[in-house]
Parts: sequence; structure tokens; C-alpha cells
Amino acid sequence: MKNNNENRNGLAESQTERNLRKVYFVVILLPILAFIFSFPLGRYPISIPDLLSALAGKIVPFVHGPEGVINTVIFQVRLPRIIAAMLVGAALSIAGAAYQGMFKNPLVSPDILGASSGAGLGAALAIFFSLNVVGIQVSAFVFSLLAVIAVYFLSNKIKRDPTLALVLTGILVGTLCSSFTSLLKYMADPYDKLPAITFWLMGSLATVSPKNVISSFVIMLAGGVPLYLLRWRLNVLSLGEEEGKTLGLETGKLRLAVIICASLLTAGAVSISGLIGWVGLIVPHLARMLVGPNYKVLLPVSIAIGSVYMLLVDDLARCLTSAEIPLGILTSIIGAPFFFAILLRGKKGLV
Amino acid sequence: MRFELKGLKCGYSNQAVLKGISFTMEPGEVLCVLGPNGTGKTTLFKTILGLIKPLEGEILFNGENSIHWPRSKMAQMIGYIPQAHNTSFPFGVMDMILMGRTAHLGNFSSPTKKDRRIAEQAIDTLDISYLANRIFTELSGGEKQLVLIARALAQEPKILVMDEPTSALDFGNQLKVLSQVRQLAHQGLTIIMASHVPDHAFFYATKVMLLSQGGLFGLGKANEIITEEKLRELYGVNVKIIQTGIKSDYDDDSELRMCVPLQNKKGWGLK
Repeated sequence: MKNNNENRNGLAESQTERNLRKVYFVVILLPILAFIFSFPLGRYPISIPDLLSALAGKIVPFVHGPEGVINTVIFQVRLPRIIAAMLVGAALSIAGAAYQGMFKNPLVSPDILGASSGAGLGAALAIFFSLNVVGIQVSAFVFSLLAVIAVYFLSNKIKRDPTLALVLTGILVGTLCSSFTSLLKYMADPYDKLPAITFWLMGSLATVSPKNVISSFVIMLAGGVPLYLLRWRLNVLSLGEEEGKTLGLETGKLRLAVIICASLLTAGAVSISGLIGWVGLIVPHLARMLVGPNYKVLLPVSIAIGSVYMLLVDDLARCLTSAEIPLGILTSIIGAPFFFAILLRGKKGLV
Repeated sequence: MRFELKGLKCGYSNQAVLKGISFTMEPGEVLCVLGPNGTGKTTLFKTILGLIKPLEGEILFNGENSIHWPRSKMAQMIGYIPQAHNTSFPFGVMDMILMGRTAHLGNFSSPTKKDRRIAEQAIDTLDISYLANRIFTELSGGEKQLVLIARALAQEPKILVMDEPTSALDFGNQLKVLSQVRQLAHQGLTIIMASHVPDHAFFYATKVMLLSQGGLFGLGKANEIITEEKLRELYGVNVKIIQTGIKSDYDDDSELRMCVPLQNKKGWGLK
């Protein structure tokens, strides 16, 4: 018996250790590599030595980096954009991972409760009424949250399985929002505002500035940190309403907390990037295949993979052609076949 | 820990499924609930677990009404073992068992070394260390059921509620699970389980509750409550209850009994 015991513990540890090493590798190394790799890419060429000396000039005292255009390109254009891409990817991935557990369904994405369609409507309204970039961001953010709040309160009126009620009212509010967005597009000036709305809805990071990156980072932290702290309860919630309750979970309160956090993350992301699909659906899958469904490791790995994926897609969007390709188009063109590959490979239950 | 139901009436939105349920259970007792499909076994269990509110009556733990307890306090008192099922995500067996510790953890905390030790104890109690590194969704029905029992043990409740714990299991696993149930009762747990097999009640129960479409149909010791007439009335089948000649280790000096279906001209066991 004792021998058996030691054997078991030994096995368990070596397996977790192996897993952990895999996790650390992904979490730390990949984002750093992608970060450095993305700087030189783009219209204005930047050599690695220039980049390093510019970075050193900012961080290390008494070292002077290169002056002029290079500095502006690195710190005002590329750095905010790279960080924005990584933040958006990470935020959508955490929100997707949390929702997939909460809805007990691996096919759920962060826009299930109408956050994206709400943001789309908000942005369309702002563009329709000629607000500036900040106005568009704020309006998208506010309407994104309003849509989810509407979904939450409407779903509480339905006396059925609460997660099912959420999904159904999510579809309802989402459809309403996109109808109103279409109406605005129909009424908008076809030479000026219609293309602006259309491009916003297709997603892009071309307009990000250091300021709006910082504001959405703060919002994402407000959503992401509580979710990470609740990571063990997310595991239990994914067993379902009744089982969660019998294991001691206040499922109603926890569900509300997850909705608030995931909505902040999603709204914070789409308000600077426009609508970007597929990321929040695919990345948690990929992370789950690597490290299993336990949120303790699933969340950090989703952050890592999500940020890298979004950054690489944005690199493609910037560099593939002379004009920028909208992000939402790329994520679904890359995402759909990629998702199919995962489905083909995946063991039962893994996806 | 004394567990008591007082004049319980349960059901959904004022439509009573069961009423007038009263009983008291002391530590070490096993209550077996028998009854045809749709007579309210699950409704009764859900009410006991606090998943649906009782329409009338009280559920008392050591005399304290549980109606306004937070879920974590409830879960520390009463553990639930659902029928073996698939989770949506492929959790490891160890993680699955550790989830039993949730009621003892703070909102923002994850299981600690101490929780892990308790989970390992539960694994040892059930002797399933060979499952510890497997994936829950890849286990057989019987193995899953054992893991779910281990999870309930890690929860360290005073009362275990099991909804047909053996319905998905083969013969051997049924007996293994049920003898575990009896072991746990010997260690002082109170156990409430639903079953479809009267023999289980003879073998494992100290108390039996019969439920029929009309509600409560009988409550008491197995040998007194489960009779040929009652089974005929309840399930519409003819059975003979025989003495096996094996001494029961529960009851004073009685022999273990078993149900045998009776053959008549129309067919086995049918009226």
C-alpha cells in the first residue's frame, strides 16, 4: 500500500512538473519573441540594433537612443499598436475561456451575450453623429456593456435553466443591435460615414494611440484580475448549475461576477479594435489541448497564446499588402480552417 | 449529527409532488428510497439539498433549519453524488476530487496542500489510487461513480445523498459501490440513496421509504416495509420474498431477504 502510494505521488508530480514546464515556456517565451519579432515589421524599416538601442534609451538611464523619426515610429506607432494587439488578443481569450466554462460549452465565444454587437451599435452611432476617435471608443464600450446588462436582466425574467436563458436572450439582444447597426448604415452618408462604420465593424488597430491603449488596459485589468482570482470556482462552475451548488458554489453570484468581468474584457478590447471574431473561440481550445481544462493554468496559457496570435495576425494585417487588411477578416480566414484542424485532431472532450 | 425532516411538502411552483414527509436519521443510518419512476425521488433529494425550496415544512440539521444557509455551509453538511455523467471538459481525476473541497475554500482561493491530502485520503478510502492520474471523461461508468464518491468524501459532509448510485454500473461495480456505501455508514456518515432494486434495501438500508404516485407509501425497517403485497401495489409485479439463510449483520437476528420474480401464465413477474 505504502509503495503504491509513493508511486502514485511520484507519477502525479512528474506529470504536473512536465506540464508546468510546458506552461512556463508558452507563457513567458512566446509573447516575448513575438513582441521583439513584430517591431522591425512594417513600412518603415527598423533594424534590430536600432530597436535595442531605442529600447535601452528608454529604460536604462544615461543611455541615449536614436533620435527623430525612428523614435517616433517605435514609441508612438509600433509600440502602442503591438501592445494593443497583445491586449486585445489576451482579453478576448480570457473572456472566451471563462464563458466556455460557464456555459459548459466549448463552442461559446465572448460575444455570446451581445457584447460585440452592442459595441458595433455604439460605434456606428458615434460615427453617425460624427464623434471623434475617443467618442467612438467610449460609445462602443458603453453600448457593449449596456447590451450585456440588457441580456442579464431580460434573462432573469425567464424562469428556465439560467444559462439557457442567457444564451437565448443573448441571441435576441445581439440580433436587435445588429439590426439597428444595419439601419444606421442604411441611413448613413454613403461616401463618408458608411465606409467608416463598415471598416470599424471589420476591426482594425490602425487608429490606436498610447492613450487609448492605457485606458483599455486599465479596464481589462479590472475584468481580468478578478477572473484570475476566481479561477478555481470557474472549474466548479463548469460542472453545471446544480452540481456547482451542491459543491458549495453560489452559482448565481459567481455567474454575475463572470459576466461582469468577461464583459469588461470584451468591451475594453472591441472598443479599441472593432469587431474581431474567432480569437475568443479558438485560443481557449488550443490552450485546453496544451494544458487541460483546469483554469489555474488555462487562463495564463490563454493569455499567452491569445496575445501572440492576435499580434501575429495584426503583423499580417500591416504587412501583407500595401493597404491594411481589416483584422476581423484575417482572424476568420485564418481561424476557420485552423478551428477545423483542431476539431479533426481533438480527442473527445478536449474540444 | 441528527438530520430531520418535519412535515415536508415539496414540488415545483406550488404543485406538490410529495407531502407530509417526516423522518429522523441518526449518524450511521442508511435510508433507501424506493419507488417507480416519477414518484418524486429526485424532487425530494433536490429539496433536501436545498436546490428547490420546500413548499412547507422544515429541514433540520441538529435542530437548525437550513433554509437560509449559504451554499458553502450546506455543502459542508451534505454531499451529493449524482449519477455518473460526462463533464463538458476533460478534467483530471485529481482535479475532479479536489473540487469537493470548494465548500471549504475562500472565494478567491485554490486548493492547498492540506486539501490535496484530504483528496488523497478519499482516494485511499475508496482504494482507487490507480485512477488518480487518469482523465475523468475517459473513465468507465463505474470508475466515474467511484471518483464522484471520492469527491463527496473530500467534501467531508455529515450526510451523503446518492441518486441511484448504481443504475449505470455492471454487477461487480454495483456491489463494490454499495459495500462502500455501507462502509461509510459504519464510519458515521448518514446516507440517503434512491434505488430501483428492493434487494439493495434489504442488503444495505437501515430504513426504507416507499414512494408511490400518491405520495408517501411506507417508511420503516426494510423487513417490515418491503412486502410482497406492497411491491405488487407499487410496481404492479408479482414477486416472492425469500429468506436467503444468510444472517444480516445489520438487524438483530433476522436473515437477509431477496426478491424473486414469480412466473405465471402470462409471463415473468407480471400481474
